[in-house]
Amino acid sequence: MKFEDEPVPGYPLPILPGHTSPGRLERVLRAGAFAVTAELDPPDSADPEDVYKRARIFDGYVDAINATDGSGANCHMSSMAVCALLTRIGYAPVMQISCRDKNRIAIQGDILGGAAMGVANMLCLSGDGVQSGDHPQAKPVFDLDCMSLLNIGRTLRDEHKFQSGRKVTFAPRVFFGAAANPFVPPHEWRGDRIAKKVAAGAQFLQTQYCYDVPRLKAFMQQMEDLGVLDKAFFLIGVGPLRTAKAAEWMRTNVPGIHIPDSVIKRMAGAEKPAQEGRQICVDLIQEIKEIKGVSGVHVMAYRQEESVAEIIQKSGVLNGRVPWYPERDTQKTPAKETT
Amino acid sequence: MYSVRLWSVRHARGMELFYSAFEKAVVALHPVWNWIGYERVEKPVAAIEKLFKGFLFDCKMCGQCALSSTGMSCSMNCPKTIRNGPCGGVRANGHCEVKPEMRCVWVEAFAGSERMVEGKKAIRIVQLPVDRRLEGKSSWLKVARDKNPPPPKPAAPVAAAAAAPATSTPPKAP
Repeated sequence: MKFEDEPVPGYPLPILPGHTSPGRLERVLRAGAFAVTAELDPPDSADPEDVYKRARIFDGYVDAINATDGSGANCHMSSMAVCALLTRIGYAPVMQISCRDKNRIAIQGDILGGAAMGVANMLCLSGDGVQSGDHPQAKPVFDLDCMSLLNIGRTLRDEHKFQSGRKVTFAPRVFFGAAANPFVPPHEWRGDRIAKKVAAGAQFLQTQYCYDVPRLKAFMQQMEDLGVLDKAFFLIGVGPLRTAKAAEWMRTNVPGIHIPDSVIKRMAGAEKPAQEGRQICVDLIQEIKEIKGVSGVHVMAYRQEESVAEIIQKSGVLNGRVPWYPERDTQKTPAKETT
Repeated sequence: MYSVRLWSVRHARGMELFYSAFEKAVVALHPVWNWIGYERVEKPVAAIEKLFKGFLFDCKMCGQCALSSTGMSCSMNCPKTIRNGPCGGVRANGHCEVKPEMRCVWVEAFAGSERMVEGKKAIRIVQLPVDRRLEGKSSWLKVARDKNPPPPKPAAPVAAAAAAPATSTPPKAP
């Protein structure tokens, strides 16, 4: 999909009627294409090249790149900075905003600043507890939660004012998202909570890793019953497992991750577990794609980012479409000459 | 106390019934609060509120009680103080990701709300950001103040003049 009004990299796209952002992700989703997003593992480094290297891996396969905000309550380069670097050369980031480390004064400033830099998508999260990260001695902020954050973001965008009521002269034009985890208890009320997020302002949802398709189907049914499907886009989280042992470790030690025994068994029985992990991921994507209400996948290939291209290629979900990347539209890729 | 807190959620319906009657009384006592002065009653009432709600709900005195909307499970006991839970980290056994020995306050909340009448609807409404200035203050007095718009028989004549046009507009019906 090549937009006719494709701008100079780093410049915003014109905002179409009914859209709220100048971003590619909203364009792709509203055009009805199957979207692919991926998570960039932020570097523990101050070298911008470390960010570009990690983004380039996804070239041609993803519509937007998630910049995590201290995920797992671990310290890394900030999502704001990763987004600043990515937007500079035209990438479409999803800026994750967690309520754990900043109060509403800082967060509203970031929404304005992010939008000014060209960040068109922001994902509003409560965030992991500090206890689960590498700085358990830190002060947890949690001035807001994901839903009050969504509400504040929407007020900024649509009513052009801060929570205080003070006006902003140019509102941030943002496509707001939120997280969903249909795979953990209380299952019967997960749908209600996501309906609340959508009511608070979520326009798209990215879910936690899905390894349990029947569970996802039940959840999407809940969403349909609650009338949410036509109000928000659902991007389902997927990711390749490396070994049966790693999978077992993940499900027992990482809260929020649910992996059924059948998947672990399939991993354990494989001769080449890493390859099997990628194949499981491809199979899952193909199954997930068929579920009503699913608009895309969000690939979280932590420390296996190089496998994203292969997985997306094999799954065939892009259907020949090449998502934008810095050199896509220049016929001859200018070799990286240095003078 | 943790066990009492769980008991309160199990009796969410009774709590809801009691509170709706109690709230009416507190709101009706507005003239009394006003006569003594809201600032002057603040401390003693907040102390009593803390004693009772602390015992029943492990209340954290956020000053803007949402128990009626959270199935009588105090959401400020969530380690992330999420007022619109549950988060995505709930363990398979329904316990908290941060405090594995504690049941998720939001798993409790939804269970409690199912036992309530108004609470069943209220839990589905988005809770807005907390006003941190109210921390430690009495939520009961806040309700009494909020439900009694500008004093009907104010002492200050200026306020009466301001309130008069507002009250005189409605009887416009032919």
